[in-house]
Amino acid sequence: MTGNTSPGATARTAASTPALHARGVTKVYRSGTMEVHALRGVDLDLIVSELIVLVGASGSGKSTLLNILGGLDQPTSGDVHFGQLDLTACDDAALTRYRRDHVGFVFQFYNLIPSLTAEENVALVTEIADDPMAPGEALDLVGLGDRRNHFPAQLSGGEQQRVAIARAIAKRPQILLCDEPTGALDSQTGVRVLEAIERVNKELGATTALITHNAGISDMADRVVSFADGRIAQVRVNAHKRPAREITW
Amino acid sequence: MVTLQMNALNRKLMRDLWRLRGQIIAVALVIASGIAVMIMSLSTMESLDETARAYYERYRFADVFATVKRAPEHLSGRIAEIPGVQSVETRIAQSAILDIDGFEEPVLGFIVSIPERGAPLLNRLHLRAGRMVAPGRPDEVVVRESFALAHGLAPGDSLEAILNGHLRRLTVVGIALSPEFVYAIGRGALMPDDKRFAVLWMGRESLAAAFDLDGAFNDVALSLLRGTRPQEVIDRLDRILARYGGIGAVERADQISNWFLMNEIEQLRTMSGILPSIFLTVAAFLTNMVMARLIATEREEIGLLKAFGYTNWAVARHYMKMVGAMSGLGIAIGWAAGFWLGRLNTRLYAENFDFPFLLYRPSTAVFVSVALLSLAIALLGGLGAVRRAAALPPAEAMRPPAPPAYRRTWVSRMPGHWLDQPTRIILRQALRWPLRSFMTAAGIAMSVAVMITALQWLDAIDRMIDVHFMQAQRQDVSLALAEPQSREIVRDIARLPGVLSAEPFRSVAARLRAGTRHKRVSIEGVPQVPNLNLVYDAAERPLSVPPGGLVMSTKLAEVLGVGRGDMIRVEVLEDHRPIREVPILDLFETYIGTPVYMEIGALGRMMRERPAVNGAHLLIDPLDKPAFFRAVKETPEVSGLALRQAAIDTFDETMGEMLLIFVSFFSGFAATLAVGTTYNSARIALSERGRDLATLRVLGFSRGEVSYILLGEVAILTLLAMPLGCLAGYGLAWVMTNAFDTELFRVPLILAPSTYGFAVLFGLAAAVVTAALVRLRVDHLDLIAVLKTRE
Repeated sequence: MTGNTSPGATARTAASTPALHARGVTKVYRSGTMEVHALRGVDLDLIVSELIVLVGASGSGKSTLLNILGGLDQPTSGDVHFGQLDLTACDDAALTRYRRDHVGFVFQFYNLIPSLTAEENVALVTEIADDPMAPGEALDLVGLGDRRNHFPAQLSGGEQQRVAIARAIAKRPQILLCDEPTGALDSQTGVRVLEAIERVNKELGATTALITHNAGISDMADRVVSFADGRIAQVRVNAHKRPAREITW
Repeated sequence: MVTLQMNALNRKLMRDLWRLRGQIIAVALVIASGIAVMIMSLSTMESLDETARAYYERYRFADVFATVKRAPEHLSGRIAEIPGVQSVETRIAQSAILDIDGFEEPVLGFIVSIPERGAPLLNRLHLRAGRMVAPGRPDEVVVRESFALAHGLAPGDSLEAILNGHLRRLTVVGIALSPEFVYAIGRGALMPDDKRFAVLWMGRESLAAAFDLDGAFNDVALSLLRGTRPQEVIDRLDRILARYGGIGAVERADQISNWFLMNEIEQLRTMSGILPSIFLTVAAFLTNMVMARLIATEREEIGLLKAFGYTNWAVARHYMKMVGAMSGLGIAIGWAAGFWLGRLNTRLYAENFDFPFLLYRPSTAVFVSVALLSLAIALLGGLGAVRRAAALPPAEAMRPPAPPAYRRTWVSRMPGHWLDQPTRIILRQALRWPLRSFMTAAGIAMSVAVMITALQWLDAIDRMIDVHFMQAQRQDVSLALAEPQSREIVRDIARLPGVLSAEPFRSVAARLRAGTRHKRVSIEGVPQVPNLNLVYDAAERPLSVPPGGLVMSTKLAEVLGVGRGDMIRVEVLEDHRPIREVPILDLFETYIGTPVYMEIGALGRMMRERPAVNGAHLLIDPLDKPAFFRAVKETPEVSGLALRQAAIDTFDETMGEMLLIFVSFFSGFAATLAVGTTYNSARIALSERGRDLATLRVLGFSRGEVSYILLGEVAILTLLAMPLGCLAGYGLAWVMTNAFDTELFRVPLILAPSTYGFAVLFGLAAAVVTAALVRLRVDHLDLIAVLKTRE
C-alpha cells in the first residue's frame, strides 16, 4: 500500500491561505416561465481556519451558497473570490481544478466508491493532489486506521462518513465543505463524525463550512450564519465554542 | 377519432420507452438484424422455390433426361410403355462451335431440337422476343436470352455455326428462356459465361439433317405420372437405351441446371439458421441486461405499486410489455429490412438464374413464425429480470438496494499496488459481475466473428482461384472433340497455329459402385505425369496417375464411402460397357467438383479400344491467339473449347459481385452487434455508476478522468473481445465452410492475417464510436444532485 510519510506533517497552518469572499451573490433558477430566487444578494467572508455553521429551513439558500463556494455552481450575479481567483470567471475546467486543489467535500450520504477499500477511497483523491498526506495518515486522523482494508459495504454508516472525511482532508484542502454530514446518522455516531471534522479544522487549519438542520451542532462553530428566504438573516459569533464531544441531540 | 384511454401504468411504460429509447433502439436493431437475415434467407429461398416450381410446371420441365449416341425414333413407343411415364419427347442435342461477328473467340453452342410445328411436349420455351422457327426454314434458330443480351443479338441478326463440320449461317428469329437452362453452363465450366456459352433451339428436321440423324434421336426427356419413383423408370430406360449408346439417364434432381438451383436454395436454408441464432442470442442477453438495470433503478416504484395493491402479475406484465415493445420494434424493423433485403437478394439470384417471371411473395407464415421465435427468445431473455421484479416484497422494494458488496478476495487483491484507484474501480467492476462482463465481451466478439466469417469468403475464393486455376491448370485452352478420335489427332491439333504444347485427355462416362453407394462420373484419362492439366492436391502437391487404378478426389471418395487402397466397381456406360473392379491408388483434395482420373493408356485398355482422345489441353502463344481461334472455327472435329482466363474472369466477376453485397450486408450486421452491445454496456455502466462518477467530479476529477472510469470497463471488455472474436470467427467460419460443403464446391477454411486485422479494427472502430456517444453524457452529470440524493 501507499507508503507512509512523516506523521509530524499534520499541523500545517494555513495562515497565508486566502479566505473565501462573496459579495452580492444571487442565484435564480429558471424553469419555463417560473423563476425561483434561491439567493437574493448574499455577502459573506469565510475567515481562514474558522469553522462556520450554516443553518436555515429547506430552500433558504444555504446549500446553494455552499455549492457556489465549492465551485459546483455559478451565481447568477455577484462576486466570489478565493484569494486572487475569481470563481465567477472560471470555466468548467478551471472550477474542476479549484475543487481538485483547494476544496474537500463531505456528503450527507458519504458517496464512497463501493469497489474501493477505505484506504483506496482516500487514495483516489491523494493520487490527483499536489501535496497530499498518506491515505493511512488521513484515516488515522479520523480514527479508522485499523479499518483501512474494509470495503464500504463492510463499514457502518458512521465509519463510512469518517472515511469520507478522511478522503476530503487527505489532500490538505484550504476549504472543507460539509453538507449535512450527520444527517443520516444517529446521535452517538454523529458526534464521532463531528469530532473528526473538529480535529481536522483545528489540526489542519482548513476553513470549514458545515450545513446542518441540527441546532445543537451550532455550538461547535466559531460563527453561525442563519439563512431565510435566500438571505442571511442573522450571524451569531460563539464566544465559547463547545467541543463536539459535548454535543448531544 | 378514437380517444386513447391509457391507464397510468401504460403511460409510465410509454415514458420509460421514450426515456430509454437509445438502449431500446440498440437492442431492437440487434433483434432486427437476426430477423432480417432470417427473413431474407427464408423468403429468397421460398421465392426461388416457388418461382422454380411454377416455372417448371407451366413450362413442363421434364422429370427424367437421357442421352444416347443414336437411337431409332420408334424406340419412343417402347419408352412410353414404361410404367409411370406420362409423356416422352425425343430430341436431338448437339454441341457446336459458333462464330459471332465481332467476337474473336469461338463460342461454345449447345443446340437442342424443337418441333417445327407446335410447341414441344416437354421443356417448353418461353419466348421473350420474335417467334419460334418456321417449318421449311432450316436456318432459323431461337437463342437463349442471356446469350443474346451478351452479344446484342435481336431477331433478324445472324451468326455462323459449324454443324457436323459444315459452316452454316443461321438467322435468329426468336429469343427465349427454357426451364432446362435456368442455370446454363458449358462443359467443364463453373459459372455461367453468357458471352462464350450459348443455347440454341433449331427445328428438329433441320438439325436431324445437319447431323445425319433422320429418323433417330440422341436425347430424350420424360415426364412421369404423379407418385412414380424416378429410379424405377431410369432403370428400365437405361436397359432400353444401353445398346444405343445410352450413358445413363438422370432424374430431375441431378439435371445440371436444376441441381445448381436446388443447391443454392439449400445454402440459403443453412444461412437462415446459423446467423440469426447468433443475433437472437445476443439480443436475449441485451434484453436481460437492460431489463435487469431498469428494474434495479425502479425498485421504489415497484414497491409503491405493490403497496397500492398492484399484483405481482400486474407488475410482471408491465415489464413484459416493455420487453414486448422492445422486440416489437425489432420485429417491425426486421420485417421491413428482411422484406427489402429478401427482394434485393432474390433479384440478385434471379440475375444468375434465368426465370421468365419472379414470384416474390414471402408467405405470412415466414414473417409470423420468425417474429414469434424472436419474441419468445426476447421474453426468455427478460424473464429472469422480470421475475425478480415480481418477487420483490413491497417493503424491501421501497428500501434502496444494499450497496454491492465487494470483499477482499483474490480478485480484489490481484491488481498490483502500481495500479491507480480509477483502474482498480474498472477492474473490480468488471470482475464483480463476471457473467455480465463475459456476455458483453462475447457480444462484441460475435461482431468480430461475423465480420471474419464474411471476409473469410474473400480469402477462400482467392485460394480457390489460386489452386484451381493458377496452380492446377497450366493450359490456356481446353479443346473438346465432338466424338472420341484416335490418338493421332493430337498431332494435328498440335500443328494448329500458336499451339506450343498439347496434352490429350479421354473422358469416359461411368458409374462407380461401392457396396450400395454409386455415382455417375466422368473418368478423365490423363498422362501418368500431366504437365498442363495437373492432378493437383490442395495441399499444393501435384500427383502422378500410375496405370492400373483410379486417383479420385477425397469428396468423391467420401460420397462413395471408399478410401485409398479399396477396390471399386467401374461400370463404363459407353461403347463395350465393360465392368471392372479397379483399385483406388490415391486420393487428392480439391475445392471444386468431384474429379476422378485414370492413366489414359490404362483407361483405353479397360475400354478395350485403340488409344483414343476426347480432346486436348493446350498451351498457346498469346501472339498467335487470333490465328488459333480462326483455325479452331474451321476445324470440324472440335465441338467445344474452354479458355482458362475467361473462366477466371467470369468466376471473379460473378463471385466478386455476390461477395461485395454479401460482405456489405455482413458489415452492417456486425456493426449492429458491436454497437448494440457496446452502447448498452456503456449506458448501463453510466446508470449504475452515475452517482459515483458525479462524486468524483465533485472531488475534482476532470471529465476525461471520469470518462476513463466509465468507458475503461467497456474498453477492457472490448479488448478482451478481440482475441475472443478472432477465435469465434475461426469457429464460425469453420461451421459455415462445413455447412457450405457440397459436391460442387468446398470452401477452404483460409483466414488471412489481414482478415483478422480488418475485423478487429472494425470491431474497435464500432466500439470507439459508440463509446464516444455515451461519453457525451458525462458532460451532463448532475453534480449537485449527488450531494443530496441517494439512488
